[in-house]
Amino acid sequence: MSSTVISHDASHHDAHGHHHETFLSKYVFSMDHKMIAKQFLITGIIMAVFAMLLSLLFRIQLAWPDTDFPILEVFLGKWAEGGRIKPEFFLSLVTIHGTMMVFFVLTAGLSGTFSNLLIPYQIGARDMASPMMNMLSYWFFFVACVIMIASFFIESGPASAGWTIYPPLSAVPTAISGSGLGMTLWLISMTLFIASQVMGGVNYISTILNMRTKGMDLWKMPLTIWAFFLTAIVGLLSFPVLVSAVVLLIFDRSAGTSFYLSDLVIQGQILPNEGGSPILFQHLFWFLGHPEVYIVVMPALGLTSEVIATNSRKPIFGYHAMVYSLVGITVLSFIVWGHHMFVTGMNPFLGGVFMITTLIIAVPSAVKSFNYIATLWRGNIRFTPAMMFAIGMVSFFISGGVTGLFLGNAALDINLHDTYFVVAHFHLVMGSASIFGMLCGVYHWYPKMFGRMMNDKLGYFHFWLTFIGAYLVFFPMHFMGVDGVPRRYYAFTAFPFMEKWVSVNILVTWAAIVAGLGQIAFLINFFGSIFYGKKATQNPWGSNTLEWTTPVEHIHGNWPGEIPTVYRWPYDYSKPGHDADFILQTTPFSETMSSNFIHDFEGNEEAVRIQEQWNKENNRVVEG
Amino acid sequence: MNLKLNNRFKSIAGLLLLVSLFFAMPSMAAQSDSTVVDTTVAVVTTAAVDSSAVVSDTAASATIADAATTVTTDTAKVEEVSTIDPQVYKNFFYYVLLFLVICTVIAVIGKIHSVYVLTRKMNGKYNVLSNNNWQAILLLVFLVVFLAGVYYSYAVWGAWAWSEAATEHGKDIDTMFIITLIITTAVLILTHIVLLVFTYIYRAKAKSQAYYYPHNDAIERIWTIVPAIVLTVLVLFGFFTWRSITNVPEELQKSAIQIEVMGEQFAWHVRYPGVDGVLGKRNYKLTTPTNPNGIDFSDKYSWDDLQGEFIVIPVNKSVRFHIISKDIIHSFYIPDFRVQINAVPGMTNYFQFTPTITTEEMRDRLNDPNFDFIMLCNKICGSGHWNMGKKVVVVTEAEYLEWLTTQNKYFTEDLQKEFATKDKVEAPKTASLN
Repeated sequence: MSSTVISHDASHHDAHGHHHETFLSKYVFSMDHKMIAKQFLITGIIMAVFAMLLSLLFRIQLAWPDTDFPILEVFLGKWAEGGRIKPEFFLSLVTIHGTMMVFFVLTAGLSGTFSNLLIPYQIGARDMASPMMNMLSYWFFFVACVIMIASFFIESGPASAGWTIYPPLSAVPTAISGSGLGMTLWLISMTLFIASQVMGGVNYISTILNMRTKGMDLWKMPLTIWAFFLTAIVGLLSFPVLVSAVVLLIFDRSAGTSFYLSDLVIQGQILPNEGGSPILFQHLFWFLGHPEVYIVVMPALGLTSEVIATNSRKPIFGYHAMVYSLVGITVLSFIVWGHHMFVTGMNPFLGGVFMITTLIIAVPSAVKSFNYIATLWRGNIRFTPAMMFAIGMVSFFISGGVTGLFLGNAALDINLHDTYFVVAHFHLVMGSASIFGMLCGVYHWYPKMFGRMMNDKLGYFHFWLTFIGAYLVFFPMHFMGVDGVPRRYYAFTAFPFMEKWVSVNILVTWAAIVAGLGQIAFLINFFGSIFYGKKATQNPWGSNTLEWTTPVEHIHGNWPGEIPTVYRWPYDYSKPGHDADFILQTTPFSETMSSNFIHDFEGNEEAVRIQEQWNKENNRVVEG
Repeated sequence: MNLKLNNRFKSIAGLLLLVSLFFAMPSMAAQSDSTVVDTTVAVVTTAAVDSSAVVSDTAASATIADAATTVTTDTAKVEEVSTIDPQVYKNFFYYVLLFLVICTVIAVIGKIHSVYVLTRKMNGKYNVLSNNNWQAILLLVFLVVFLAGVYYSYAVWGAWAWSEAATEHGKDIDTMFIITLIITTAVLILTHIVLLVFTYIYRAKAKSQAYYYPHNDAIERIWTIVPAIVLTVLVLFGFFTWRSITNVPEELQKSAIQIEVMGEQFAWHVRYPGVDGVLGKRNYKLTTPTNPNGIDFSDKYSWDDLQGEFIVIPVNKSVRFHIISKDIIHSFYIPDFRVQINAVPGMTNYFQFTPTITTEEMRDRLNDPNFDFIMLCNKICGSGHWNMGKKVVVVTEAEYLEWLTTQNKYFTEDLQKEFATKDKVEAPKTASLN
């Protein structure tokens, strides 16, 4: 079907050679999935750097709460009068850091980039199902980013109610100055962002379902595509719920409704709102919020699967189990949101139920981790920078994942809820693991994106600084949380029991600064290699998937001639009997008679007969 | 280094370095000045004046009068706009320069390494896999450091962080915490050993080939079922503990001491029920400057309600806290008690527990005469979130009863007068909303 739909386009392409592309249509309002992927990636990187700088600012405050840094006043003005960050601005920093990282970097920057890049490439399509919508998806995202950054330039400051924007704090401007115009901008930005995600999601799903090339049945899709597919489904079903939450909040803020507000006396002022419930917002928010963390981590798992298999020169262990565990995570992710609300006053029995579903989700996650490790077993591992980041990702996924057993347990969550333990947990499992998945993807698919190679040495340097830095930053936080230090505290100086942690905070902040500066190595490498990198070959990593059959120079429609047909699954690495240690998905079994297994033919008796005859003629003995 | 630095790139980088050097020069001088001489305020200001003079000298080769005027306007501007010391900028550029120097050093090391690799290649001694081996070894080294770090952090920070629970239910939570900790630590360490040892053992070798091993259903079943069983045990254990904490039988709810804690930006208000043992009703609409908590004094139960200075509770007695909020969401969190519940406007949340250790006993155990239990706000609530706490004191019952007699009533004489003069019809008929 795909070929019939696109064939017109393809012939059109062949006939005219090149479209008349202006700078605007090629680089700005591009409808080409490869260019849109780059746009998503570069915007994502810019947002990541911005959000990282915000985190460094509040890390400085946490490490040296009693020291003035006059230089901060130069940059921040009244937000850091006398060189000390103000408490309200501190809250703005953590709020916007969280929002940008979760939504702009790890949702749009990660799945926006790689879904756009890899879905058409790996399923053998010429472009997305709806290139126009794809372009709109990027530009909605871009405008959302601009609005979010713009909130730093308004009088009352950016939103500061935490990235979860729980009302009433986020609904009443008199409660905190950031809930004035800053919050309005946050809500507008988020609405645009959700529109962008929905458009992207519809596109990803329809492309994967309808535009796979000949032979590419669902069980021949790389795990990356499975991950993007399920991520898009999760996003499509959960993001609209956040819109409803956001719209009701806008009504409460602007139209005087009381969806979330009741019984409020703020700064001595009795508010007229009656009958609403702040808990309603939390339900709506976490109905997106929890699937959101899987939206963030599943693409990273998909990318990592591909990179680990390629660089171990081994098929991914338990391909079906990997897919089923992704499906399991997808389904379960919708029924666990209540574990964010164990101590909010939600019915405690409901809390118990959510605790059961939450801990079940650990099973598919554990299966994935074990399968990664089993893939490494007896591999022939090449440590490309992408592989290093993939290994780092597995490490973070485990070390951050196990602490989920504490937080998912309602009884233990009583004491750990909203402490630094939570900060440590989600920064490792969702922050670091996903960022590492994203970086692993960037290093691995850079040659496909830009036609050039990144510098290896800078890549390793970047990896080690970031890997060690991230552990030094987040591992100590567990212990603060166990001691009962709440998150989003401006300074640890008000209570005697916290003061001992200031020394640990200094270590954490230095680690964050060094790791943050280490990202400059990445930026130099990334942007430098676009212009000065070594020219890439067509298939630099010896991969099996379809994207590596396209020419290095990007062309409209991806493949110059017909779209290749797929004959086999994407993980035929080191197949015994074959001369090379990889077999492209486009290689038919008739060309690999020396390495075929009987079960490769999926019960096709004619093919089995031919293979058996060949085996007899060539004295080939097949085990199993 | 494979990155081909072409000449234009080099010249730009060099120019950047030069520019930053130019900016940083006087600051370097000022730095050394201030370190050589004692760093008193006077020295800093003279250094600042010196450098500003230097700046104006270099900026314009003008007459002395001109220079003087520029200096005065400069200082005037500084006074007007802000009081940022010029030294601040210089220190900043100094750090920027320091960073550039570090970058240069790293780049030089990288270049030296590339030269080394190139010579090895020319001599035909280059091992294509040497970098691969290096990374595998580094991962192994990381494993050792990681395990040492885990040990260190458990031993040192773990000791800082851990203190025994001072409540009955807290002991159950602690037991479960320890069990979960043992399981997760074992998983963390074993998986990391396997992960990073495998990467070393199975690093690429010249003639080896990976083992084609796409799946093994038996193994996969095992590592699906084993975590599932472990998790089932944890879930059941956790579920029953959670129910025992949150699902308090009705008669125990009634027999407990009732205390109301109300959060507002940025303070906590503690209300004791007084001799009748019942908390009076509250209606937020009744909030006035004299009755900031909105207590409904038409309810007789409220007349003897006491304002607690701190949260004082008797040891080994079940206490039921009514947690409410006046404005936005706060969270009532006592880490030492393993107690937390949010304070949500418009609804009352409850947490019932029994403290088992008095503050005095805890001080003896910790050998810290200044120790106090503390209740913290644990839900982001604004600029004062970080220091919104209330002291919690656990005492013997006799001390508790005595302390209660020293606390003031909410229904003060002023309020009584106000209430008496008020027309009864005007008083709200409705009950409280909490």
